[in-house]
Amino acid sequence: MWDILGQEQLSNIKFVHLIMDIQELINHIEIEFDDLQKGPLYPDTSIREIEGWSSMHALLLIALIDNHYDVLLTGEELKNALTVQDIYEVISKRKA
Amino acid sequence: MAKFAIDKIKIEAIYSCVPSQKIKTSEYSLFSNYECLLFEKTTGIKERRVASKDLTCSDLCFKAAESLLTDLKIDREEIDVLIFVSQSPDYFLPATAIILQEKLGLAKNCMAFDINLGCSGYVYGLSVLSSLLKSGLKKGLLLAGDKSTISTSFNDKSTYPLFGDAGSATLLSFDKISEPMFFDLHSDGSGKDAIIIEYGHSRFPYNTFNDEEREYEPGIKRSRNHLALDGMKVFNFALKEVAKSIDECLQFAKNEKESVDFFVLHQANKLINDSVRKKMKLAEDKFPMSIDNFGNTSSASIPLTICTSLKNQIENKELTLLLSGFGVGLSWANVLLKMGPIPVKCIDYD
Repeated sequence: MWDILGQEQLSNIKFVHLIMDIQELINHIEIEFDDLQKGPLYPDTSIREIEGWSSMHALLLIALIDNHYDVLLTGEELKNALTVQDIYEVISKRKA
Repeated sequence: MAKFAIDKIKIEAIYSCVPSQKIKTSEYSLFSNYECLLFEKTTGIKERRVASKDLTCSDLCFKAAESLLTDLKIDREEIDVLIFVSQSPDYFLPATAIILQEKLGLAKNCMAFDINLGCSGYVYGLSVLSSLLKSGLKKGLLLAGDKSTISTSFNDKSTYPLFGDAGSATLLSFDKISEPMFFDLHSDGSGKDAIIIEYGHSRFPYNTFNDEEREYEPGIKRSRNHLALDGMKVFNFALKEVAKSIDECLQFAKNEKESVDFFVLHQANKLINDSVRKKMKLAEDKFPMSIDNFGNTSSASIPLTICTSLKNQIENKELTLLLSGFGVGLSWANVLLKMGPIPVKCIDYD
């Protein structure tokens, strides 16, 4: 099936796959931080700008990612990841 | 590679002693209500024991050891070794173990020395004491604990509400029929800054570098005479190394995780222990906890957990336990052993 699809369609499928995966990450974060969240999270939501965000949440997020994706983010990686999308990309890169 | 087995050593009894003063996390005035709830959820600490100004770790260990020796009617002449594991000794010198040898009425031909380790110290202490007893000595006392609250700054939210004070005494003896204990010990000095008290010893003596408190980030204000903790680094270290090294220890002992009755982990932070447990895919009741009532009690956390959370089980039957200590150094250590039925007790220091 794949070889009859054009390059554009293939990248659309990859894009859909990416969205589905990032949605899963968002769901995990929303459940873990239900005490913080005032509205829905989006890929471009800046994690540290969520009201009430603290260093404790950073630890909880590292534990969550380690538990669900078996990827242990360093403090430096988390510091450089500004948005949910950035975090997702670090996880994807480490999983590749 | 520091993996080794030592047989013919029996753990005869474990006693712990904690200060009677209880401080609740909710009493820490620098926490908002929300911070308090989040801290309790993440670390598991609801309450801890704090020693008064005049009470030292050696006092807590002394009381634990004195009660143990009295209750079990141990002939003090038979104690050939005393090891004190702590990072809060009574003096810069002499070694606190020697002071305790005299206070406990032990013989002058008893060898006594200190080991300067924190969270991994109980397992390290067991390995050293067992090795010595295996070489032909009769009985030995392992006294382990810390008065960590002396080194934290009230103005540092990352350390002040974490630590509790505790001491412990474990009696070991040479015993021809005891099965082997399997040890697996590690060190990584590249992580020395993750948990450190910078000033007060030879590198930066206290009297010449006495230091004012300064703010490192919001909520973290301390001097360099205080304990500094890089929570993220310690957390990453624990998640990376602890489950992996427990697996290695089990492999070395040719044992399956399912054959272990309880995994008694150092009580640094509930989130760390939960993460280790999830990595190992084991049930919550396999990981007894004492951090909720006592905080992080450094090298006393493993014996204190056994004396409180495992009291009913360990007093009535033999258990297969995996003990795991990890932290300052960085240093981490595991031992797989059989223990029980033995007397255990947790005493309040009045």
